[in-house]
Amino acid sequence: MSVRKLAEKQPATFVFNDEMLARAKRIIAKYPAGRQASAVIPLLDLAQRQEGWVTRPAIEVIGQMLDMATIRVLEVATFYTMFNLSPVGKAHVQICTSLSCELRGVGEVVRACKEKLGIGMGEVSADGKYSLGELECAGACVNAPVFQIGDDYYEDADYANTSKVLDALKSGGTLPKPGSLTGRDNAAPKGSPLTLVDDPTQPIPKQDFAVAKAAFEKAKAEAAAKAAAPKA
Amino acid sequence: MLADKDRIFTNLYGRHDWRLKGARARGDWDGTKEILAMGGDWIIDEMKRSGLRGRGGAGFPTGLKWSFMPKAESERPHYLVVNADEGEPGTCKDRDMLRFDPHKLIEGCLIASFAMKAHACYIYIRGEFYNEASNLQVAIDEAYEAGLVGDNACGSGWKFDIYLHRGAGAYICGEETALIESLEGNKGQPRLKPPFPAGVGLYGCPTTVNNVESIAVAPTILRRGASWFSSFGRPNNTGTKVFCISGHVNNPCNVEDAMSIPLKELIEKHCGGVRGGWDNLLGIIPGGASVPVLPKSICDTVLMDFDALRDVKSGLGTAAVMVMDKSTDIVAAISRLSAFYKHESCGQCTPCREGTGWLARVMKRMVKGDATLGEIDTLEQVTYQIEGHTICALGDAAAWPVQGLIRHFRPELEKRIAAYRDKKVHEKAA
Repeated sequence: MSVRKLAEKQPATFVFNDEMLARAKRIIAKYPAGRQASAVIPLLDLAQRQEGWVTRPAIEVIGQMLDMATIRVLEVATFYTMFNLSPVGKAHVQICTSLSCELRGVGEVVRACKEKLGIGMGEVSADGKYSLGELECAGACVNAPVFQIGDDYYEDADYANTSKVLDALKSGGTLPKPGSLTGRDNAAPKGSPLTLVDDPTQPIPKQDFAVAKAAFEKAKAEAAAKAAAPKA
Repeated sequence: MLADKDRIFTNLYGRHDWRLKGARARGDWDGTKEILAMGGDWIIDEMKRSGLRGRGGAGFPTGLKWSFMPKAESERPHYLVVNADEGEPGTCKDRDMLRFDPHKLIEGCLIASFAMKAHACYIYIRGEFYNEASNLQVAIDEAYEAGLVGDNACGSGWKFDIYLHRGAGAYICGEETALIESLEGNKGQPRLKPPFPAGVGLYGCPTTVNNVESIAVAPTILRRGASWFSSFGRPNNTGTKVFCISGHVNNPCNVEDAMSIPLKELIEKHCGGVRGGWDNLLGIIPGGASVPVLPKSICDTVLMDFDALRDVKSGLGTAAVMVMDKSTDIVAAISRLSAFYKHESCGQCTPCREGTGWLARVMKRMVKGDATLGEIDTLEQVTYQIEGHTICALGDAAAWPVQGLIRHFRPELEKRIAAYRDKKVHEKAA
């Protein structure tokens, strides 16, 4: 298991801004009355989106909002690895280093990130602009290697195309569209398509529901008769 | 090869409009009211007859699972919970259904919930899938807007609410009771079973947890008929299936094909073959990180289904095929998986919490060969001390890859240990 602790240096206070507060209220309304604790993960996520990381005061505020003991919120914040318990860079870059990515040469992507950002794994740049981390299986394995900037996945990465994305990031220009960096259609095999070439809007043949219902009722009646019949 | 007309996920590659208009053009939400009018008993019976086995890894028959829910509504509401916490290394099928075919999932949620007398459904999606969650939320909003879900879903008179819930990075939440714990606002630590979720699940109420794919295929099965679905694959392993093929193939991809397709055919046909040709194959993990690796000799002939892979002491799991060619350091590959399980153990059960750490440390030494021959046996024995001794299957999942390695690649481990020892002797002599 991963053991995670809160940062030593913490801000004094935390307040949700108006937009986040409105979102929090909408989220809480998704759960039955008295089950507002269900909203703890989404609310911690909102706090992180606002502040960049999950602070101790945020944990306390969320506990009060959801009528949960602080320790319960703290438990959740330390358990789930997407919560940054200390500040990360404005652009948080995470690389999936799990098996499928490793087989496709993620080492080169790691090298590109370290070189371009000038930091190592788990580090934040001195100016606070960038941070680099590891991700345990991003779940985009057929597009390996994969890395993430904020919420966006960049796929089919290698040394050259990763470097290009990071150059764009550093120059403050627009980042390329998330997804495959080699231009293929998502999880389709590269090259000319072999499957899903037919028009997908052709009518789908349907079974005859009346016949199906009659067969079902007949089978049910037969089973009932069999169950009711005296055993020979 | 499966014909396009028999593919369920016609927008798997995101080449078409994923929103309601596009989904409807591809046949989603067509006659949903008619299906609901057939009644919950018929729906569950039809799902049973289709032979669909759960697509999340364990392969439990979906219709049977649905039938475990209480037959009548009581003061405790029923829930459907959809497991979209996809994170088994190698697996990325649900992701494409969530972002490109979200309406198939939503329609499936309605039908399954109706059959199980649930008025509410929660979809638990892994936190990293932010853009996927955005698409799904847009689709849910569209469905509400069009009256497909809501107070009178599809005009059926059934009240049905559907909610999206984002997780925050914990593999263990893919385990159904850990997922329920997480959804209730706790750490994702699995619960002891029994009681099973169908009796005591979310908020202490009857709950069924299903994988995304299991739910998303349901509307098409019901529309086209159980016998259509069961005409693919072998008995007890029926239907179509989305396979994820990653690693050392020429064209890694997701593809939907019939169950029981030979592994070799899957790779040669859809993925342009193994890098460097079939003879360059070292081994394949056929069903996601938690199933044992298979050597080439078995891959030559094995079929991709639950029973065939169980018979060769592996498993279909999530049908995530990880291909490794001869350039692979197989010990390092399995060691990487051990590191994964160490990271993802929830820490609740001692055999898993301590065992996964121990496996990861020993595997790391095995990569270098810094071990004794006897330690290979110790390693194997320890995996059996973890397997079956924990609340959930994560302990088993950590044990199996190591067992597979020792079963099929023991000579490689021995060679490495001998080489390391020789090197040390030489160093001492020099």
